[in-house]
Amino acid sequence: MLKKRIIPTLLFNNLKLVKGINFKSWRTAGSIMQAVRIYNIREVDELILLDIAATNSKKKVDLELVNEIANECFMPLTFGGGINSIKDISDLLKAGADKVCINTAACENYNFIFEACKTFGNQAIVASVDYKSGKNENIIFSKSGTNKTNLKFNSHLLELQKIGVGEIILTSIDKDGTMDGYDINTLKLATSLLKIPIIASGGAGSFENMLKTIEEANVSAIAAASIYHFTKNTPLDVKKYLNKKNIPVRL
Amino acid sequence: MSKIKNVLIIESEIGNTGSVSRAIKNLGYNPIISNKKEDILSSSHIILPGVGSFDKGISKLEKYDLKYNLIRAVNEKGILLLGICLGMQLLATTGFENKKTQGLDMIPGTIEKLNVNSELRLPHIGWNQVKFNNTNKLLIDIPNDKDFYFVHSYFFKPKFKKCELGFTNYGMNFTSIINKDNIFGVQFHPEKSLKFGIKLIENFLKI
Repeated sequence: MLKKRIIPTLLFNNLKLVKGINFKSWRTAGSIMQAVRIYNIREVDELILLDIAATNSKKKVDLELVNEIANECFMPLTFGGGINSIKDISDLLKAGADKVCINTAACENYNFIFEACKTFGNQAIVASVDYKSGKNENIIFSKSGTNKTNLKFNSHLLELQKIGVGEIILTSIDKDGTMDGYDINTLKLATSLLKIPIIASGGAGSFENMLKTIEEANVSAIAAASIYHFTKNTPLDVKKYLNKKNIPVRL
Repeated sequence: MSKIKNVLIIESEIGNTGSVSRAIKNLGYNPIISNKKEDILSSSHIILPGVGSFDKGISKLEKYDLKYNLIRAVNEKGILLLGICLGMQLLATTGFENKKTQGLDMIPGTIEKLNVNSELRLPHIGWNQVKFNNTNKLLIDIPNDKDFYFVHSYFFKPKFKKCELGFTNYGMNFTSIINKDNIFGVQFHPEKSLKFGIKLIENFLKI
Protein backbone atom coordinates (compact mmCIF):
# COMPACT_ATOMS: atom_id res chain seq x y z
CA MET A 1 0.00 0.00 0.00
CA LEU A 2 1.21 3.51 -0.82
CA LYS A 3 2.25 5.33 2.34
CA LYS A 4 1.39 8.87 3.37
CA ARG A 5 4.68 10.77 3.29
CA ILE A 6 5.76 12.69 6.36
CA ILE A 7 8.14 15.38 5.13
CA PRO A 8 10.25 17.83 7.12
CA THR A 9 10.57 21.18 5.32
CA LEU A 10 13.91 22.87 5.81
CA LEU A 11 14.02 26.58 5.01
CA PHE A 12 17.45 28.10 4.76
CA ASN A 13 19.20 31.39 4.24
CA ASN A 14 22.92 31.08 3.57
CA LEU A 15 23.79 28.01 5.63
CA LYS A 16 21.40 28.78 8.43
CA LEU A 17 18.23 26.84 9.03
CA VAL A 18 15.45 29.38 9.59
CA LYS A 19 11.75 29.39 10.38
CA GLY A 20 9.24 32.23 10.48
CA ILE A 21 5.61 32.90 11.28
CA ASN A 22 3.35 33.92 8.35
CA PHE A 23 6.53 34.10 6.21
CA LYS A 24 7.89 36.83 8.54
CA SER A 25 9.65 37.10 11.90
CA TRP A 26 12.39 34.74 10.80
CA ARG A 27 14.42 33.08 13.50
CA THR A 28 17.42 30.82 13.22
CA ALA A 29 16.89 27.19 14.11
CA GLY A 30 20.44 25.86 13.76
CA SER A 31 22.61 24.94 10.80
CA ILE A 32 21.17 23.40 7.66
CA MET A 33 23.81 20.65 7.40
CA GLN A 34 23.31 19.63 10.99
CA ALA A 35 19.56 19.32 10.46
CA VAL A 36 20.05 17.32 7.28
CA ARG A 37 22.39 14.89 9.05
CA ILE A 38 19.86 14.27 11.80
CA TYR A 39 17.05 13.62 9.31
CA ASN A 40 19.31 11.31 7.36
CA ILE A 41 20.08 9.26 10.47
CA ARG A 42 16.36 9.19 11.21
CA GLU A 43 15.69 7.92 7.68
CA VAL A 44 12.85 10.32 6.91
CA ASP A 45 10.62 9.68 3.87
CA GLU A 46 11.79 12.72 1.95
CA LEU A 47 13.15 16.24 2.46
CA ILE A 48 12.03 19.58 1.03
CA LEU A 49 14.76 22.24 1.18
CA LEU A 50 13.94 25.82 0.25
CA ASP A 51 16.28 28.78 -0.02
CA ILE A 52 13.97 31.57 1.14
CA ALA A 53 16.30 34.41 0.16
CA ALA A 54 17.09 33.27 -3.38
CA THR A 55 14.21 34.83 -5.35
CA ASN A 56 14.21 38.20 -3.67
CA SER A 57 17.98 38.59 -3.70
CA LYS A 58 18.16 37.20 -7.28
CA LYS A 59 20.60 34.54 -6.16
CA LYS A 60 20.67 30.85 -7.02
CA VAL A 61 20.63 27.94 -4.61
CA ASP A 62 24.20 27.07 -3.55
CA LEU A 63 25.02 24.04 -5.71
CA GLU A 64 27.84 22.94 -3.44
CA LEU A 65 25.41 22.74 -0.58
CA VAL A 66 23.07 20.62 -2.72
CA ASN A 67 25.96 18.35 -3.61
CA GLU A 68 27.06 18.04 -0.01
CA ILE A 69 23.54 17.15 1.12
CA ALA A 70 23.02 14.65 -1.70
CA ASN A 71 26.27 12.91 -0.82
CA GLU A 72 24.82 12.00 2.55
CA CYS A 73 21.14 11.48 1.87
CA PHE A 74 19.82 8.46 0.01
CA MET A 75 16.21 9.63 0.09
CA PRO A 76 14.29 11.90 -2.28
CA LEU A 77 15.39 15.53 -2.10
CA THR A 78 13.38 18.48 -3.38
CA PHE A 79 15.15 21.83 -3.69
CA GLY A 80 13.62 25.23 -4.33
CA GLY A 81 14.44 28.92 -4.39
CA GLY A 82 14.89 31.39 -7.23
CA ILE A 83 14.46 28.84 -10.05
CA ASN A 84 13.53 30.53 -13.31
CA SER A 85 15.46 28.85 -16.11
CA ILE A 86 15.99 25.42 -17.60
CA LYS A 87 19.66 25.78 -16.70
CA ASP A 88 18.77 26.36 -13.03
CA ILE A 89 16.86 23.09 -12.98
CA SER A 90 19.51 21.19 -14.85
CA ASP A 91 22.20 22.51 -12.45
CA LEU A 92 20.18 21.48 -9.38
CA LEU A 93 19.36 18.00 -10.71
CA LYS A 94 23.01 17.45 -11.62
CA ALA A 95 24.11 18.66 -8.20
CA GLY A 96 21.91 16.04 -6.52
CA ALA A 97 18.31 17.26 -6.35
CA ASP A 98 15.69 14.70 -7.40
CA LYS A 99 12.93 17.25 -7.79
CA VAL A 100 12.79 21.02 -7.92
CA CYS A 101 10.13 23.17 -6.36
CA ILE A 102 9.04 26.27 -8.26
CA ASN A 103 6.78 29.01 -6.97
CA THR A 104 7.38 32.53 -8.32
CA ALA A 105 8.27 31.45 -11.86
CA ALA A 106 5.18 29.21 -11.89
CA CYS A 107 3.06 32.29 -11.16
CA GLU A 108 4.74 34.37 -13.84
CA ASN A 109 5.47 32.01 -16.71
CA TYR A 110 3.44 28.87 -17.48
CA ASN A 111 5.47 28.32 -20.65
CA PHE A 112 8.60 27.88 -18.60
CA ILE A 113 6.91 25.27 -16.39
CA PHE A 114 5.65 23.48 -19.52
CA GLU A 115 9.18 23.42 -20.97
CA ALA A 116 10.57 22.24 -17.62
CA CYS A 117 8.11 19.33 -17.42
CA LYS A 118 8.84 18.36 -21.00
CA THR A 119 12.60 18.54 -20.53
CA PHE A 120 12.97 16.80 -17.16
CA GLY A 121 9.76 14.77 -16.85
CA ASN A 122 6.81 15.76 -14.67
CA GLN A 123 8.15 13.74 -11.72
CA ALA A 124 10.97 16.27 -11.36
CA ILE A 125 8.82 19.40 -11.26
CA VAL A 126 6.94 20.27 -8.08
CA ALA A 127 4.87 23.44 -8.07
CA SER A 128 4.64 25.37 -4.84
CA VAL A 129 1.61 27.57 -4.27
CA ASP A 130 1.52 30.06 -1.36
CA TYR A 131 -1.79 31.73 -0.49
CA LYS A 132 -3.65 33.78 2.09
CA SER A 133 -7.37 33.54 2.59
CA GLY A 134 -9.28 36.45 1.02
CA LYS A 135 -12.81 37.73 1.25
CA ASN A 136 -14.24 35.43 -1.39
CA GLU A 137 -11.40 33.22 -2.45
CA ASN A 138 -7.78 32.55 -1.64
CA ILE A 139 -5.20 35.04 -2.86
CA ILE A 140 -2.00 33.66 -4.35
CA PHE A 141 1.34 35.22 -3.39
CA SER A 142 4.74 34.86 -5.03
CA LYS A 143 8.27 35.94 -4.04
CA SER A 144 8.22 34.27 -0.63
CA GLY A 145 4.87 35.77 0.26
CA THR A 146 5.87 39.36 -0.53
CA ASN A 147 4.06 39.76 -3.85
CA LYS A 148 0.29 39.56 -4.20
CA THR A 149 -0.68 38.13 -7.59
CA ASN A 150 -3.88 38.44 -9.59
CA LEU A 151 -4.06 34.71 -10.23
CA LYS A 152 -7.35 32.94 -9.59
CA PHE A 153 -6.81 30.17 -7.07
CA ASN A 154 -8.70 27.30 -8.72
CA SER A 155 -7.62 28.10 -12.24
CA HIS A 156 -3.95 28.42 -11.22
CA LEU A 157 -4.03 24.94 -9.65
CA LEU A 158 -5.84 23.45 -12.64
CA GLU A 159 -3.42 25.09 -15.06
CA LEU A 160 -0.38 23.70 -13.20
CA GLN A 161 -1.86 20.21 -13.36
CA LYS A 162 -2.67 20.60 -17.05
CA ILE A 163 0.86 21.82 -17.81
CA GLY A 164 2.12 18.62 -16.20
CA VAL A 165 3.71 19.25 -12.80
CA GLY A 166 4.14 16.03 -10.81
CA GLU A 167 2.72 17.34 -7.54
CA ILE A 168 1.82 20.54 -5.74
CA ILE A 169 2.91 21.83 -2.32
CA LEU A 170 0.10 24.02 -1.02
CA THR A 171 1.15 26.42 1.74
CA SER A 172 -1.19 28.63 3.75
CA ILE A 173 0.75 31.78 4.65
CA ASP A 174 -1.85 32.56 7.35
CA LYS A 175 -1.13 29.22 8.98
CA ASP A 176 2.63 29.09 8.42
CA GLY A 177 4.59 28.83 11.65
CA THR A 178 1.47 29.20 13.83
CA MET A 179 1.30 25.48 14.67
CA ASP A 180 -2.46 25.77 15.04
CA GLY A 181 -3.40 23.33 12.31
CA TYR A 182 -3.43 22.97 8.52
CA ASP A 183 -6.02 24.81 6.42
CA ILE A 184 -8.08 21.67 5.88
CA ASN A 185 -10.85 23.33 3.86
CA THR A 186 -8.51 24.63 1.19
CA LEU A 187 -6.62 21.32 1.06
CA LYS A 188 -9.94 19.53 0.59
CA LEU A 189 -10.82 21.89 -2.22
CA ALA A 190 -7.44 21.22 -3.89
CA THR A 191 -7.60 17.44 -3.66
CA SER A 192 -11.14 17.35 -5.02
CA LEU A 193 -10.15 19.68 -7.86
CA LEU A 194 -6.97 17.86 -8.87
CA LYS A 195 -5.81 14.32 -9.66
CA ILE A 196 -2.10 14.80 -8.90
CA PRO A 197 -0.67 14.40 -5.37
CA ILE A 198 -1.07 17.38 -3.02
CA ILE A 199 1.38 18.06 -0.18
CA ALA A 200 -0.15 19.92 2.78
CA SER A 201 2.01 22.70 4.22
CA GLY A 202 1.62 25.42 6.83
CA GLY A 203 0.27 25.10 10.34
CA ALA A 204 1.25 21.62 11.50
CA GLY A 205 1.26 21.62 15.27
CA SER A 206 -0.52 18.61 16.69
CA PHE A 207 -0.67 14.94 15.79
CA GLU A 208 -4.48 15.08 15.96
CA ASN A 209 -4.61 17.81 13.34
CA MET A 210 -2.16 15.96 11.09
CA LEU A 211 -4.41 12.90 11.28
CA LYS A 212 -7.52 14.97 10.58
CA THR A 213 -5.83 16.60 7.56
CA ILE A 214 -4.93 13.23 6.06
CA GLU A 215 -8.34 11.75 6.76
CA GLU A 216 -10.48 14.68 5.69
CA ALA A 217 -8.44 16.31 2.94
CA ASN A 218 -6.97 13.12 1.44
CA VAL A 219 -3.55 14.72 0.92
CA SER A 220 -0.66 12.50 -0.21
CA ALA A 221 1.89 14.01 2.13
CA ILE A 222 2.16 16.39 5.05
CA ALA A 223 5.07 18.78 5.25
CA ALA A 224 6.01 20.49 8.47
CA ALA A 225 8.82 22.52 9.99
CA SER A 226 8.12 24.22 13.36
CA ILE A 227 6.78 21.08 15.00
CA TYR A 228 10.12 19.38 14.32
CA HIS A 229 12.38 22.40 14.97
CA PHE A 230 10.75 23.75 18.12
CA THR A 231 9.21 20.75 19.88
CA LYS A 232 10.53 17.35 20.89
CA ASN A 233 8.45 15.65 18.21
CA THR A 234 10.15 13.86 15.34
CA PRO A 235 8.74 12.59 12.02
CA LEU A 236 8.92 9.09 13.54
CA ASP A 237 6.72 10.15 16.46
CA VAL A 238 4.16 11.46 13.97
CA LYS A 239 4.30 8.21 12.03
CA LYS A 240 3.90 6.04 15.11
CA TYR A 241 0.80 8.04 16.04
CA LEU A 242 -0.67 7.86 12.54
CA ASN A 243 0.09 4.15 12.33
CA LYS A 244 -1.93 3.53 15.49
CA LYS A 245 -4.80 5.38 13.83
CA ASN A 246 -4.57 3.08 10.78
CA ILE A 247 -2.98 5.59 8.40
CA PRO A 248 -0.44 3.82 6.14
CA VAL A 249 3.05 5.16 6.90
CA ARG A 250 6.54 3.76 6.39
CA LEU A 251 7.95 2.68 9.76
CA MET B 1 40.27 1.80 -2.63
CA SER B 2 37.60 1.06 -5.13
CA LYS B 3 36.39 -2.48 -5.51
CA ILE B 4 37.37 -4.16 -8.76
CA LYS B 5 34.28 -4.19 -10.92
CA ASN B 6 33.77 -2.24 -14.09
CA VAL B 7 30.55 -0.50 -13.20
CA LEU B 8 29.08 1.64 -15.93
CA ILE B 9 26.19 4.07 -15.58
CA ILE B 10 24.65 4.91 -18.93
CA GLU B 11 24.72 8.62 -19.75
CA SER B 12 21.83 9.46 -22.06
CA GLU B 13 20.35 12.75 -20.76
CA ILE B 14 17.36 10.89 -19.33
CA GLY B 15 18.79 9.55 -16.12
CA ASN B 16 19.53 10.85 -12.64
CA THR B 17 23.07 9.59 -13.12
CA GLY B 18 24.37 11.73 -10.23
CA SER B 19 22.19 10.06 -7.59
CA VAL B 20 22.93 6.57 -8.90
CA SER B 21 26.65 7.29 -9.03
CA ARG B 22 26.65 8.63 -5.44
CA ALA B 23 24.95 5.49 -4.16
CA ILE B 24 27.48 3.25 -5.93
CA LYS B 25 30.48 5.29 -4.74
CA ASN B 26 29.10 5.03 -1.23
CA LEU B 27 29.37 1.25 -1.59
CA GLY B 28 33.06 1.57 -2.40
CA TYR B 29 32.93 1.13 -6.16
CA ASN B 30 34.20 3.59 -8.71
CA PRO B 31 31.56 3.79 -11.44
CA ILE B 32 32.06 5.51 -14.75
CA ILE B 33 29.31 7.47 -16.45
CA SER B 34 29.50 7.06 -20.19
CA ASN B 35 27.68 6.19 -23.41
CA LYS B 36 30.72 5.10 -25.41
CA LYS B 37 30.64 1.73 -27.12
CA GLU B 38 34.06 0.64 -25.78
CA ASP B 39 33.06 1.47 -22.19
CA ILE B 40 29.81 -0.45 -22.55
CA LEU B 41 31.41 -3.56 -24.01
CA SER B 42 34.25 -3.64 -21.46
CA SER B 43 32.03 -3.23 -18.39
CA SER B 44 30.98 -5.98 -15.97
CA HIS B 45 27.81 -4.27 -14.69
CA ILE B 46 25.69 -1.73 -16.53
CA ILE B 47 23.10 0.46 -14.85
CA LEU B 48 20.51 2.15 -17.04
CA PRO B 49 18.82 4.90 -15.03
CA GLY B 50 15.98 6.87 -16.47
CA VAL B 51 13.27 9.34 -15.68
CA GLY B 52 10.73 10.86 -18.03
CA SER B 53 8.65 9.38 -20.84
CA PHE B 54 9.18 6.11 -22.74
CA ASP B 55 9.17 7.60 -26.24
CA LYS B 56 11.66 10.28 -25.26
CA GLY B 57 13.84 7.72 -23.47
CA ILE B 58 14.08 5.51 -26.56
CA SER B 59 14.85 8.48 -28.81
CA LYS B 60 17.71 9.47 -26.49
CA LEU B 61 19.09 5.90 -26.56
CA GLU B 62 18.93 6.05 -30.36
CA LYS B 63 20.58 9.46 -30.41
CA TYR B 64 23.65 8.01 -28.65
CA ASP B 65 23.57 4.75 -30.61
CA LEU B 66 22.93 2.96 -27.33
CA LYS B 67 20.19 0.59 -28.45
CA TYR B 68 22.43 -1.67 -30.50
CA ASN B 69 25.41 -1.47 -28.13
CA LEU B 70 23.32 -2.32 -25.07
CA ILE B 71 21.69 -5.28 -26.81
CA ARG B 72 25.12 -6.52 -27.91
CA ALA B 73 26.52 -6.12 -24.40
CA VAL B 74 23.80 -8.13 -22.68
CA ASN B 75 23.00 -10.70 -25.39
CA GLU B 76 26.42 -11.46 -26.84
CA LYS B 77 28.73 -10.66 -23.94
CA GLY B 78 26.40 -11.58 -21.07
CA ILE B 79 27.12 -8.33 -19.22
CA LEU B 80 24.80 -7.74 -16.26
CA LEU B 81 22.25 -4.96 -16.69
CA LEU B 82 20.02 -3.19 -14.16
CA GLY B 83 17.35 -0.80 -15.45
CA ILE B 84 15.94 1.69 -12.94
CA CYS B 85 12.48 3.28 -13.28
CA LEU B 86 12.19 4.37 -16.93
CA GLY B 87 15.41 2.38 -17.44
CA MET B 88 13.45 -0.76 -16.49
CA GLN B 89 10.60 0.15 -18.81
CA LEU B 90 12.94 0.66 -21.77
CA LEU B 91 13.84 -3.06 -21.54
CA ALA B 92 10.33 -3.96 -22.77
CA THR B 93 9.21 -4.79 -26.31
CA THR B 94 6.80 -1.89 -26.79
CA GLY B 95 5.78 1.25 -24.92
CA PHE B 96 2.50 3.14 -25.18
CA GLU B 97 3.37 6.44 -23.47
CA ASN B 98 2.47 9.35 -25.80
CA LYS B 99 2.79 7.05 -28.82
CA LYS B 100 3.52 3.43 -29.67
CA THR B 101 7.32 3.03 -29.50
CA GLN B 102 9.60 0.01 -29.91
CA GLY B 103 11.69 -0.68 -26.81
CA LEU B 104 14.96 -2.60 -26.36
CA ASP B 105 12.96 -5.87 -26.32
CA MET B 106 15.33 -7.52 -23.83
CA ILE B 107 12.46 -8.78 -21.68
CA PRO B 108 9.21 -9.42 -23.61
CA GLY B 109 6.41 -7.16 -22.43
CA THR B 110 4.62 -3.87 -22.85
CA ILE B 111 4.58 -0.56 -20.95
CA GLU B 112 1.07 0.55 -20.07
CA LYS B 113 -0.54 3.24 -17.97
CA LEU B 114 -1.51 2.33 -14.40
CA ASN B 115 -5.23 1.69 -14.45
CA VAL B 116 -6.40 3.10 -11.12
CA ASN B 117 -9.79 4.36 -10.00
CA SER B 118 -10.44 8.04 -9.44
CA GLU B 119 -9.68 7.76 -5.71
CA LEU B 120 -6.00 7.13 -6.43
CA ARG B 121 -3.70 9.85 -7.67
CA LEU B 122 -1.23 9.70 -10.54
CA PRO B 123 1.74 9.79 -10.71
CA HIS B 124 2.16 7.02 -8.13
CA ILE B 125 4.63 8.91 -5.91
CA GLY B 126 6.00 7.70 -2.61
CA TRP B 127 6.95 4.67 -0.55
CA ASN B 128 5.20 1.40 -1.32
CA GLN B 129 5.82 -2.26 -0.55
CA VAL B 130 7.48 -4.78 -2.83
CA LYS B 131 6.46 -8.42 -2.45
CA PHE B 132 8.84 -11.05 -3.76
CA ASN B 133 7.66 -13.98 -5.92
CA ASN B 134 10.95 -15.76 -5.78
CA THR B 135 14.38 -15.81 -4.24
CA ASN B 136 17.19 -14.25 -6.22
CA LYS B 137 20.73 -13.03 -5.65
CA LEU B 138 19.41 -9.50 -6.20
CA LEU B 139 17.24 -9.79 -3.07
CA ILE B 140 19.73 -11.22 -0.56
CA ASP B 141 19.24 -9.75 2.95
CA ILE B 142 16.30 -7.63 1.84
CA PRO B 143 13.14 -8.51 3.79
CA ASN B 144 10.00 -9.26 1.81
CA ASP B 145 7.31 -6.56 1.80
CA LYS B 146 9.60 -3.59 2.58
CA ASP B 147 8.90 -0.09 1.25
CA PHE B 148 10.75 1.43 -1.70
CA TYR B 149 10.39 4.85 -3.31
CA PHE B 150 8.33 5.03 -6.52
CA VAL B 151 7.62 7.84 -9.00
CA HIS B 152 5.79 6.73 -12.16
CA SER B 153 2.48 6.55 -14.02
CA TYR B 154 3.29 3.61 -16.34
CA PHE B 155 4.21 0.02 -15.53
CA PHE B 156 5.92 -3.00 -17.11
CA LYS B 157 3.49 -5.76 -18.09
CA PRO B 158 5.71 -8.79 -18.77
CA LYS B 159 4.62 -11.34 -21.37
CA PHE B 160 5.81 -14.18 -19.15
CA LYS B 161 4.85 -14.22 -15.48
CA LYS B 162 8.08 -16.04 -14.60
CA CYS B 163 10.00 -12.80 -15.34
CA GLU B 164 8.28 -11.11 -12.40
CA LEU B 165 10.56 -11.20 -9.36
CA GLY B 166 8.50 -8.79 -7.28
CA PHE B 167 5.24 -6.87 -7.43
CA THR B 168 3.57 -3.88 -5.82
CA ASN B 169 -0.04 -2.86 -5.37
CA TYR B 170 -1.42 0.53 -6.32
CA GLY B 171 -5.06 0.05 -7.24
CA MET B 172 -3.79 -3.01 -9.12
CA ASN B 173 -0.83 -5.35 -8.80
CA PHE B 174 2.03 -4.43 -11.11
CA THR B 175 5.51 -5.83 -11.67
CA SER B 176 8.04 -3.85 -9.65
CA ILE B 177 11.09 -6.12 -10.10
CA ILE B 178 11.74 -7.95 -13.32
CA ASN B 179 14.44 -10.43 -14.33
CA LYS B 180 15.47 -12.54 -17.28
CA ASP B 181 18.91 -14.17 -17.17
CA ASN B 182 21.50 -11.39 -16.77
CA ILE B 183 18.94 -8.59 -17.14
CA PHE B 184 17.22 -6.95 -14.17
CA GLY B 185 14.84 -4.03 -13.81
CA VAL B 186 13.26 -2.22 -10.87
CA GLN B 187 10.36 0.23 -11.16
CA PHE B 188 11.27 2.01 -7.92
CA HIS B 189 14.39 4.08 -7.23
CA PRO B 190 16.78 1.95 -5.13
CA GLU B 191 19.27 4.85 -5.01
CA LYS B 192 16.59 6.87 -3.19
CA SER B 193 15.20 4.07 -1.02
CA LEU B 194 17.55 4.32 1.95
CA LYS B 195 19.31 1.20 3.26
CA PHE B 196 17.38 -1.59 1.52
CA GLY B 197 17.57 0.26 -1.78
CA ILE B 198 21.32 0.63 -1.43
CA LYS B 199 21.48 -3.06 -0.45
CA LEU B 200 19.73 -4.02 -3.69
CA ILE B 201 22.30 -2.08 -5.71
CA GLU B 202 25.09 -3.76 -3.73
CA ASN B 203 23.56 -7.18 -4.40
CA PHE B 204 23.42 -6.43 -8.12
CA LEU B 205 27.06 -5.40 -8.19
CA LYS B 206 28.02 -8.65 -6.43
CA ILE B 207 26.24 -10.90 -8.94
